[in-house]
Amino acid sequence: MLEFTTTRHNPLIDPQLAVWSWEIPVYLFLGGVVAGMMVLGGLAMLRVARGEDSRAFFSMHTPLLGFVLMNIGMLALLLDLTHRLYVWRIYLTFQASSPMSWGSWVLLVVYGVLLLSALVRLPEAWPWLGHRVPQLRTISDRIVARPLWLRLLGGSNIVLGVGLGIYTGILLNTMIARPLWNSMVLAPLFLVSGLSAGAAVMHLAASVPARRPAPNGLFGGALASMIQPLGPQRPQSKTVDSLIRADLVFLVTELVLIGLLLLSLINASPSHAAAAALIISGPYAWPFWGVIVVLGVLVPIAWQALELSHRIAHTVVPALLVLVGGFTLRWVMVSAGQLSQIVPAAGLGQ
Amino acid sequence: MPRFGMVIDTRKCVGCQDCVVACQTENDVPQGYCRDWIATEVRGSFPSLSMEIRSERCNHCDNPPCVSCCPTGASHVEDFGKVVLVTANKCIGCKACIAACPYDARYVHPDGYVDKCTFCLHRVKQGKDPACVSVCPTHCMHFGDLDDPKSVVSELLRTRKNHTLLPEAGTKPRVFYLT
Repeated sequence: MLEFTTTRHNPLIDPQLAVWSWEIPVYLFLGGVVAGMMVLGGLAMLRVARGEDSRAFFSMHTPLLGFVLMNIGMLALLLDLTHRLYVWRIYLTFQASSPMSWGSWVLLVVYGVLLLSALVRLPEAWPWLGHRVPQLRTISDRIVARPLWLRLLGGSNIVLGVGLGIYTGILLNTMIARPLWNSMVLAPLFLVSGLSAGAAVMHLAASVPARRPAPNGLFGGALASMIQPLGPQRPQSKTVDSLIRADLVFLVTELVLIGLLLLSLINASPSHAAAAALIISGPYAWPFWGVIVVLGVLVPIAWQALELSHRIAHTVVPALLVLVGGFTLRWVMVSAGQLSQIVPAAGLGQ
Repeated sequence: MPRFGMVIDTRKCVGCQDCVVACQTENDVPQGYCRDWIATEVRGSFPSLSMEIRSERCNHCDNPPCVSCCPTGASHVEDFGKVVLVTANKCIGCKACIAACPYDARYVHPDGYVDKCTFCLHRVKQGKDPACVSVCPTHCMHFGDLDDPKSVVSELLRTRKNHTLLPEAGTKPRVFYLT
């Protein structure tokens, strides 16, 4: 028997650690989505730089959408801070051992690259802006005319996208106090889940019913520049097919990584095994198995395979399920991770 | 430069909570919060039971995960005494340090910044013991320089069986419990 009592009663700490609520899962999820969009967009830029038609790659047309999503994620992060008037302090220093410090500085570069990437087609997709700031069109023309610049931009998107996706996992992974987060599989799992969610967001954006003529005012034009069917160039039908194909690869990889995560935890220390039990059979088993594994991965794999083989019509349902599964993965890991604790190996008098 | 640590004799501690009240009074800890607390651990099966009563707090670890994860440097190791402190006007309230601490020794102060035990460094600089140590009615708590072989804490650690909390976390705590 082991009976433990404590007189500690700090809010958000006792009886269970609960310092992170919905804000951090939203931030990690949207960070993952943007990471996925950047990698796919970067790959498209590399192919366009080789001479392929840019209209065939919807992912090249979504950096502004990524920029907006990143800002929503950052807003969630800001809402989570409890001393937010001092947030500027993060940019007065660089703490090499802190993943959050790395992430803050990398996010600045991510913002810059997203905006530069958006410029590739922004003046054309958002005529209101293109007319008022003709310099943007000049920059856009220069990037498009030089394959080397496009290659550099594509490479930057891929490297930063992978970095951002991994960062969302490393942020939790480095905290030794919470065994559920202590598997190195967490970083690639969050990256692949982000790639899958990024493809799903683009799938949704490409599936918005087109409206003609394309809106080109201040707000309508801004929206049309992010959601291509509303813009001057509608996505080609094969765009969605290639997104679904990519998503299938990501989802199968995600399934393998989820299995590896569980195996790595179960076969580690008693603390890690107890942490794994929280999601395998404990209070988070239903969202983990039901929403993340079945609804978020298995159903979309089967559904999209049927769509690709033309046995059923294309719908946005699998993309929506992937997003629900992707968010639930972050929510479960953040919430269950806070419940997980190091199980003392030693007894009294050790 | 000293490296402060605390040694607590669990064979003398009765869990009276004087240390808790002294800390709250000395450091103006907000109502409903605590920087130190009493933990009671009972092991075994009746009738062979053993009980350990501990006064717990931040362990001011030699390898503090709360410091390495802090993005602003608010959580830092003070040069004097190698005590782990939080600079309130550098803290953004991200709570990474709270999640990183295996001892759950930190909390969010109602004003927004993260707060914790300071080993009463303001008192120590005046040559006094931390408030919790100075009020202990059973004299079970000892404070001093772990790097000074002649200090009381070093002497106790040399001569008495002791343990730290969660040594498997690898944080190298500097609060020791005599058994």
